[in-house]
This record gives sequence, C-alpha cells and structure tokens, in this order.
Amino acid sequence: MNAIIVKDLVKKYHKSEQNAVDGISFDVKEGEFFALLGPNGAGKTTTISILTTILSKTSGEITVAGFDLERQSSDVRRRVGIIFQNPSLDENLTAEENIRLHCILYGLFPFKVTYNGMPGEYKERVKELTEVLGLSEKEMFQAIKTFSGGMKRKLEIIRSLMHKPHVLFLDEPTIGLDPLSRKNLWDYLTEIRKKDKMTVFLTTHYLDEAENVDRVCIINKGKIVSIGAPQEIKNSLTEHYILVDADERLKLRMELEEKRLQFKDGDFPVKVILEGRSAQEVIKMIDTPLSLLTIHQPSLEEAYLQIVGEK
Amino acid sequence: MNEFQSVLAIAYRDFVKFLRDRNRLIATFIFPILFIGVLGTSFQSGLGDALGYDYRLFVFLGVIGQTLFQSTAAGIISLTEDREQDFSQEIFVSPISRFTIVIGKIFGETLVAMSQVIGIVLFGFIIQVPFSVGAVLAMLPFFLIVCFFGGAFGILVVSFLGAGRGAREVFPFLIFPQFFLAGVFNPIKDIGLPLNILTYMAPMRYGVDVLRSVYYSGSSAYDKVVLLPLWMNLLIIVGLGSVMFVYGTYRFTTKEQNR
Repeated sequence: MNAIIVKDLVKKYHKSEQNAVDGISFDVKEGEFFALLGPNGAGKTTTISILTTILSKTSGEITVAGFDLERQSSDVRRRVGIIFQNPSLDENLTAEENIRLHCILYGLFPFKVTYNGMPGEYKERVKELTEVLGLSEKEMFQAIKTFSGGMKRKLEIIRSLMHKPHVLFLDEPTIGLDPLSRKNLWDYLTEIRKKDKMTVFLTTHYLDEAENVDRVCIINKGKIVSIGAPQEIKNSLTEHYILVDADERLKLRMELEEKRLQFKDGDFPVKVILEGRSAQEVIKMIDTPLSLLTIHQPSLEEAYLQIVGEK
Repeated sequence: MNEFQSVLAIAYRDFVKFLRDRNRLIATFIFPILFIGVLGTSFQSGLGDALGYDYRLFVFLGVIGQTLFQSTAAGIISLTEDREQDFSQEIFVSPISRFTIVIGKIFGETLVAMSQVIGIVLFGFIIQVPFSVGAVLAMLPFFLIVCFFGGAFGILVVSFLGAGRGAREVFPFLIFPQFFLAGVFNPIKDIGLPLNILTYMAPMRYGVDVLRSVYYSGSSAYDKVVLLPLWMNLLIIVGLGSVMFVYGTYRFTTKEQNR
C-alpha cells in the first residue's frame, strides 16, 4: 500500500509567473524512506508544505495515509508528524510544556495546568523521552532557549512522534546543524525508523543524506528529473570508468585503440569508459604496464550535479 | 472535546508567555500609571467640577476598556509573530479547527488583559480613584465581551495585513487614533457631527462605552458620560464582533494556505 500518492501536482504562487511545482507525480510506499532532493528553489519545501496541509495546491490529486488531502485534511493532520525547516518550538516554554501542548492539540491527553496534574501515562512517556534526549529531569523543565540546535531538533522529532504518526515529514531537518549534531540526529532517525517502521518523507539538499534512503526523487525547477533507488540513479546517470596511465603512453593509447576500448583522448591519465563491463574485465584486456590505475566510484553527487547542471 | 481542551492549551501557552516576558509585564503597568495617574489627576485638578463628574473615574473606566480591547487585539497580532518564529506551523498542522486556534488565542489574550486590569484597579485604589469595587466586579462579564471584541478586531486586522512585520507596523496606526475616537480620556459627547461620524467608526468606542454604560447606570453622571444605551452597545459588539471573528478567521486561514 502507498502512504503517499501524488498525481500531477501543480503549485503556482499568486505573485509568481512560473509554477513552483510543475506537474509532479510520485508514490511513497508504506514504511519507505523517501527523499526529495533538489537545489534551493527546486520546489521541495512547496511540495512538503502542500503534503502537510500548510499550503493549498493549484491542481492535482494527493492522498496521504489513505486520506484525500483536500477533503479530509483533518484526518491527514492527525496521521502525520512534521519537522519544519525552521525550528517550530515555543522558546518561551520548557521542553516538557512544548510536548504537553502538542499532546493536547492531538487529543492524546486532557489539558492540565501543571505537569503534576497530568495522567501517569503521560509522565511515563516524558520520563522515557528525558532518557532518549539525554537530558536531566531538571533540564526537561527548563525553558528551551538554552538548548543547542541539535537538542532542539531532537526534541522536535520526539514531539512529532508523540501521536505515533503514519508518515513523518522532515523538511531539511539538519540545516544549520554542526556535523556531529547531524550525525547524531541521523543515527537517531535510523533507530526510530527501525523500531517504529514508519514512512519517512525527507527533503534535503545534502547528497550524503539521500544516499541512505530507499528511494530518492530529484526535482529541479518544479519538475521531477529522476526517481529511483540511489544506486539506480547512480547507474543510469553517471559514467563508470577507470583512469589509467603508463610510462609508455603512446603504446597504451595504441593498445586502447586496437582493442576498441572507448576512451577520452587528451590529457593523461586516460579515462577509459567501462561500457557495461566490469573494471576487472577492462584491466585484464590492457597489456601495457600501467603506472597508475584508479577505479572511479560514481557518487550520487555526480549524478545530481549532472542532472541539475544540465537542466 | 479535543477542541475545548485545545482552546485551554493554546490560552495557557499565551498566558504563560505573558507571565515570562518581563518587559511586557512592566510595559503593561506603565501606560495606566501615565494615563490614570498623570493625565487623570492633572486634568481633574484643572477641570474639576466644570465637567460635572469625576474625571479620574472617567479615565479609569476608559483605560480599563481600552486595555481590554487593545491588549486582546495586540495579542492576536502576535499570531504573525508566531508565524515568523514558525511556531504557528506546529499549531496550524495540528488536527484542530482553525476557529479553535483563534478562540484559544483570544481566550489566552483575555487572561492577559484581565490580569492587566487587576493592575489598573490596584493602581486606581492606590491613587484613590473614587470607584466602587462592587460596581467594577459587576462589570466582569462585560470585560469578557470587550476582550472578545478586541480579539475579533485583531483577527480581522491580521487577515488583511497578513503575516510578518506589516501587521505589527500598521497596528499602532489603527489603534492609537481610537484612543481619542473612543473617548478613553477625552469626553466625546458633544464634538459635532463630522467628528462624531468618525467616532462611530472606531470599534474601541463601543468597548469603552459599554463599560461606562454599566458602571454609570442609575447615576447622575450617566447622561453626561454615556454615549449609547447598554443594549445598543451590546448589540453592536456582539453583531460586529461575530462578523469580524468569523470573516477574519476564515480570511486569515485561507490566506495563509492560498499563497
């Protein structure tokens, strides 16, 4: 079953002449880790804002968690968790108060003025969260102004998971975080994904983050450029080649020509295109003693730059 | 049920925010001190008996009405602040009705405005404004009505000015003229037709006058101070307030989505 179905989605802002999102269609399967990748202004935030009911679409059909986005927006909201690009915590409240407000808005617990008045089940969950966050009990009751960026992000994720959403949307969640906080956050996300088996929809412009997802959808200027598993995208869009050099460069070049291996003429080292062969096979075909051999590992970054650069 | 709980939670959040904002707390009490203390007392000694009623009491009630109306309206404008800080996104993606959000916000700002009124009453007591505690307590339900009216005005303003700095910058221009048009500290009973038409257009006028019409009811100063009968003030507040609330909320939420 699909957790998200998007058909011919178009969004045109009132003051804009161009479509920010221009007729995109894709599905996200239940339990899938899906990434929307693209440069700034590609339409990522517009798409995620529409999927999370913050923004209305111009046209198209969307189903999230089995509900029509337009007609059943309240049902959709109940079933999704959202981490916004900009922090959406209330800085005037404590960590616990932020969580409590969320729980009440989602109808999990009745409102009580104080933490002590809340039911035991809620207190248990807050206690668990304190451990997950690595906070002391005292810190949980402090204003979050003092928290680090990474800590706030983690708190937002925890908050968004309180109502056990079917789909978790993350809009560039690691933006502005230092490398260590990014890694910690990523590890934590991987852990909760494994545990709760939930569908995760991520937008990012960090390629390394998209390398680890099940499927990635690359968009540019509002259109889908490529969609598939990161490996598939790499295979279909990047060149697989080896770089070789030899002391007897003339001989090497003649041999390559003779054996009809496709290579890019010009500077050394020579780029030999694999054309569907394995690197091993090509290397075996070359008899000229090599002074340098590099097997090129295509990265998603290369594919991405190629796509985004071309369009 | 969840909607009611959410109203309480949103209101609680607003009230807590107020209590934790030291600057706002201090600013809350400075204006009443200036208006009732300085302005009221100096005019009272100058005009005194010429008016035929106690000027300080007149200003005292006016400032209560103005505070309730303005504070709630200004609080609703903070929806745009939330928007900038992106906290409102957390509220707006929750599965509650958009009207619940605005009602919660108005309720929260009502609590804020009421606590400001407690400050005003205490200050009035200290400087010996000749008010009756019983009569002020009897006005309590009307305080709530004025707050609702201010909140409805606030959401209408936000719905037209949109999120961001626009609303915050324009709001003072919409509220300060109303101090004078509503007769908070200046009698507007006999100011001639052209100006009178303007005063009718200032919503705050009805918020201030409804309190005075309750307080002065049955007193000799009633005819000199009160502009419209209680029922007419109430009719305008409830009617106009409901229209502003429903239309403002609808316009605000659809405008947010239909960018």
